[in-house]
Amino acid sequence: MSSEGGNSTIRLDRRRFLQVLAGTAGALVVGIRLADAADAPLPPALLGNDFHDLGAYVRIDADGLVLIGARDPDTGTGVATALPRIIADELDADWERVRVVALGLGVSNDNGRPKWTYGHQVGGTGNSIPAAWRDLRQVGALARWLLLQAAARRLGVSASRLRCDAGTVIAPDGRRATYGSLAADASQVALPTQAPPVKAASSYQLIGRPAGDVDAHAIVTGQARYAIDEHLGDALVAVLVHCPWPDGTLARIDTGDALAQPGVVKVIQLKPEPGQPRGMTVIAPAVAVLATDTWAALRGRAKLKLEWKPGAGGGESSSALEQQALATLAGTDAPTTRVRDDGDVDAAGKKAARRLQATYVQPWLAHATAEPMNCLVRLDKDRASLVVPTQAPQKAWAVVQRLTGLQPAQIDIRVPRVGGGYGRRLDHDFVAEAVILAQAVGKPIRLLWTRDEDFSHDFYRSGCVHQLNAVVDRKRRLIGWNQRMVSASAASLRGVPEDRLWRSELRADQLPAGLVPNYRSDWYAQASAMPRGPFRGMPHLSNAFAVESFIDEIAHQLREDPLKTRLRILGEPRQLPLGGDAVLDVGRLRNVLQLVADRIVWKNWLHSINGLGLACWHVDGAYVAHAIEVALQGQTLVVRRVACAVDVGRVVNPLGLEGQIAGATLDALSLALHPAITFKDGQVQQHGYKDYLLATMTELPREVEVITVPGDRDPSGASFLAMPSVAPALANAVFRASAVRVRRLPLMKELMRLL
Amino acid sequence: MLQSHILPAEPASAIVPEKAREGIDVQINGEHYRHTGDPQMPLLWYLRDVLRLTGTKYGGAHGENGADLVLVADAAVSAVTAPMQTLAGKSITTVEGLAGGDDSLHPLQQAFIDEDAIGCGYCTPGWLIAGVALLRRKPKPSDDDIDQLPNLCRCGCQTRVRRAIKRAAAGKAGQS
Repeated sequence: MSSEGGNSTIRLDRRRFLQVLAGTAGALVVGIRLADAADAPLPPALLGNDFHDLGAYVRIDADGLVLIGARDPDTGTGVATALPRIIADELDADWERVRVVALGLGVSNDNGRPKWTYGHQVGGTGNSIPAAWRDLRQVGALARWLLLQAAARRLGVSASRLRCDAGTVIAPDGRRATYGSLAADASQVALPTQAPPVKAASSYQLIGRPAGDVDAHAIVTGQARYAIDEHLGDALVAVLVHCPWPDGTLARIDTGDALAQPGVVKVIQLKPEPGQPRGMTVIAPAVAVLATDTWAALRGRAKLKLEWKPGAGGGESSSALEQQALATLAGTDAPTTRVRDDGDVDAAGKKAARRLQATYVQPWLAHATAEPMNCLVRLDKDRASLVVPTQAPQKAWAVVQRLTGLQPAQIDIRVPRVGGGYGRRLDHDFVAEAVILAQAVGKPIRLLWTRDEDFSHDFYRSGCVHQLNAVVDRKRRLIGWNQRMVSASAASLRGVPEDRLWRSELRADQLPAGLVPNYRSDWYAQASAMPRGPFRGMPHLSNAFAVESFIDEIAHQLREDPLKTRLRILGEPRQLPLGGDAVLDVGRLRNVLQLVADRIVWKNWLHSINGLGLACWHVDGAYVAHAIEVALQGQTLVVRRVACAVDVGRVVNPLGLEGQIAGATLDALSLALHPAITFKDGQVQQHGYKDYLLATMTELPREVEVITVPGDRDPSGASFLAMPSVAPALANAVFRASAVRVRRLPLMKELMRLL
Repeated sequence: MLQSHILPAEPASAIVPEKAREGIDVQINGEHYRHTGDPQMPLLWYLRDVLRLTGTKYGGAHGENGADLVLVADAAVSAVTAPMQTLAGKSITTVEGLAGGDDSLHPLQQAFIDEDAIGCGYCTPGWLIAGVALLRRKPKPSDDDIDQLPNLCRCGCQTRVRRAIKRAAAGKAGQS
């Protein structure tokens, strides 16, 4: 299989190599290998059509079909479309002839440790596209280079005089060779000593042009298979009842009636394994009913007689936690962590012309993924095969490995398209449950969480309280900002050191850090037995609501146009270092703000019958602003218009980006309007969509006007970019429409209370 | 030898009268099926576990998010709340049955592709069923009509679904 030069790899950097292999039936296969690639290249006979054996991303078959692997789980973020297009563009492939293959977890054995074939595989955290931009373009560029060399020989023309277009190499005299016809020869070409350069942006054919979701046809015809749709002939269905108290215990169990149900095979108790981090083991004590089919399992579950006992958190209530947080903020205790302290906030407060304070309260939230937690697992003596709806298959692997003790490559994890993640699927408690049950019963298991379990047992977004203090001088300049936040960290009980628990709750570089000479940000930890975890948009979601609402309140106190106040605080366009690697490009933030203001016709803000509201935010080098117009008709809030402008640098797939931005905007609106998780006596009180209300079509705007700023910087992620500025823009608009300042979410309940 | 032995015997009929057959007859995507299991089994689990038609999704015990909608005749019905015993003789269409026999897509399916009206895609079959039911009832639905769709979606595909329904209603599915 080795190429003519005897070298089948090119070093990209210290750890990564490009690798080329001749596949079966005259195919060219190009991939990336991590470390030690030159040591043990796989013989092509073994490679076959298998993507798993090397970090293969591109396969060009002799018939011209191009298979491109999508490495990151697609939870609806569009990465299964965008990532392959990045490769396809470098390759100059014909997109019509590209088939995207969802890559499962890529893992091989490195002396008992896992070696990740495809690098980091994580979806829905906003990092897929930035990472792919660094990683994946060279794969396409090398495949294209090899095809050009093969074409040069065949056509007797130097490669530099050839060009590629949509899967064909074209000579100056018009002669053509298709990629398919060149694939076998290309796989034998000696590799260059260095990776071929990637394209100049001016030659992009696919990047920057709209493409629909690659799975769209399968989805609209009902053929797309999610993990929940996978069956194994002899798999038992498992449904669960979790203890209503996450730290409670099972006091009594009577399984007689459940086992008497036709189809019910077994009832098994589950418990969190002591010492395991949250998200890596069972979420709460549980009883599982195993049956031959779902209906039998559900009937069996209904017949269980269970008595649970509360644990130490049995007296907790969300309202008491809130009171406790308010009491903390009323006191003068030192914070758990002083996150940032620029200038001298205390001194600034003394020479104030105006001092303002406001407190914002936000509820606990559940993930409410469309596809509930589920997992299919089959355990054999030397193999575990799973289908997992996960955002982070490597973490799922770690759970399976710990429970089974199998070698790294003996664990096969397939990740089909995932029915929503929002951070919930960065945790793998449900994988632990499925594996433990499969071990206990000696049969494959199809685990299904029913909707009530999904709502009442989640790694919630913690409720939080922000107290914001601002100091304005006689020239109306914002000279002091003191932010104090109380929340129960999402990182607790996950092996994160105490002094870093704040990092899931707020950012040291968030607005208006860097823009106010005296700026302090304190975080107070709150203890709670209620499990918490990553949540879409966290920590920006809660902080943007408090900060961007407060800036409107400052503008109101100053009797100033809130757009003008914001632009004054931002100041002149400049690159503002925020500490660490973070830099705020003030010009880009001003620009998105101005764009949405223009779109919503902001000059009417004071006199419009409807309420207009603005907010802006920045997330890791990407910029977003929302302008919202609302009308209040009696008790009904009508969101008339929503405009959102984003600047993510280069746009890979404009259609996909628009979908993400509009989608995240609607998600954030929905989260702001109604839903809240509450608990009383340690038990969550919401059990379904009936009491955790997502917005219906009537409540949502009929259109989201998305404005994308064109750019040529390396692309930033956008999976949750459009969430943070929605709730504050909405609350600011509601204030203009009603003169009621909503400082507590969910918005509708509070608005109705205040009106 | 007795006379009776000489006379030819009545020929035995090959057709044996059958007892009334047990089970529930349903027609799903044009095919006939007979369910002989628990008559209370919801249609959803019959589709998913028995027929392995997994396009209709589980949303919750009460069908709250619309992911489990199917057409019973022309009406959108939550499959998880429809026991098999209520469906005898009914004609049911799932998302798998929306396309024509020649694999040509239903205009609304095509319009969903045209408008990229897909988030994670899990609830998409339910939106399609609700949309098709609406279009059958009202071929030119207004925005207010579309507002009445019961489906929920955290990915925020609602604005694109609205466009897709309007596109299909305008007969522009498949056009650029």
